[in-house]
Amino acid sequence: MIDQFGVATAALLVCMAMTLIRSIAGPTVFDRILAVNSFGTKTVLLIAVYGFLSGRPDFLDLALVYALMNFIGTIAVMKFTRFGDLAGMEEDEEEIL
Amino acid sequence: MIDVIHIVLFTFLAVIAIAIIRLRDLFAAVMLMGIFSLLSASLFTVMDAVDVAFTEAAVGAGISTILMLATLSLTTSKESRLYQRPQPLALIAVLLTGAALVYATFDMPRYGDPAAPIHHHVADDYIERIDDDIGVPNMVTAILASYRGYDTWGETTVIFTAGVGVMLLLGGGRTVYRIRRRKDGRSEDGGSAS
Repeated sequence: MIDQFGVATAALLVCMAMTLIRSIAGPTVFDRILAVNSFGTKTVLLIAVYGFLSGRPDFLDLALVYALMNFIGTIAVMKFTRFGDLAGMEEDEEEIL
Repeated sequence: MIDVIHIVLFTFLAVIAIAIIRLRDLFAAVMLMGIFSLLSASLFTVMDAVDVAFTEAAVGAGISTILMLATLSLTTSKESRLYQRPQPLALIAVLLTGAALVYATFDMPRYGDPAAPIHHHVADDYIERIDDDIGVPNMVTAILASYRGYDTWGETTVIFTAGVGVMLLLGGGRTVYRIRRRKDGRSEDGGSAS
């Protein structure tokens, strides 16, 4: 029963493996942040494709919400690595810039 | 195909877990824990536990990563060398506990078994009586808001209290202060602030 969705799932799993390698090996902080963000995207895609693979495309909503959450999470992590504080004040920003 | 997905995802989980243990850089470990949560979330989705997957993604990949990073900013981001040598006693304890847990799963009903007790304990009763008792067409709403009304009420109270507490702890006062100051600045020099 390998159809096009099966192939897409397999490709996604391979991509996930490669992202995983980068996140474990990644020498800098930003490699890892990018790996997490990209892994989140892969998760979104996997859930979407899996919905079609199992014949229930209603998982698509879940994939959308995951995408939003992934975005917000990455923004939060980036802000944190930059300012070391989530409620970063504006004058701090000016100081660093 | 579905079994293959399960096996691959579980393999990823094991690889990440070992990597988290081996890494000395705690920031990398936190990032890997985020990936771990995303993976478990997709695994839960594949296993049809969509609501659990949702909570895992929000709490595991979202909030706890941030909390861990906040902790790291207060401490150092290198693991101390104190516990580097292997601890055979701890390993034996973990292995024994794991073996006991695996042994306990043999008694559980098979995955996806429709005759499992959890599907017949009270659910049949609810499905039969829900029209006469409540008359709400959505069964989940009826159970949450009526059969388990007090339970839901308590849960919302707990979550609200926790949310208020976290907002106070995270410096809500400072944000209010900042907004107030920004407003003052805008009114003074006509919107050229920031």
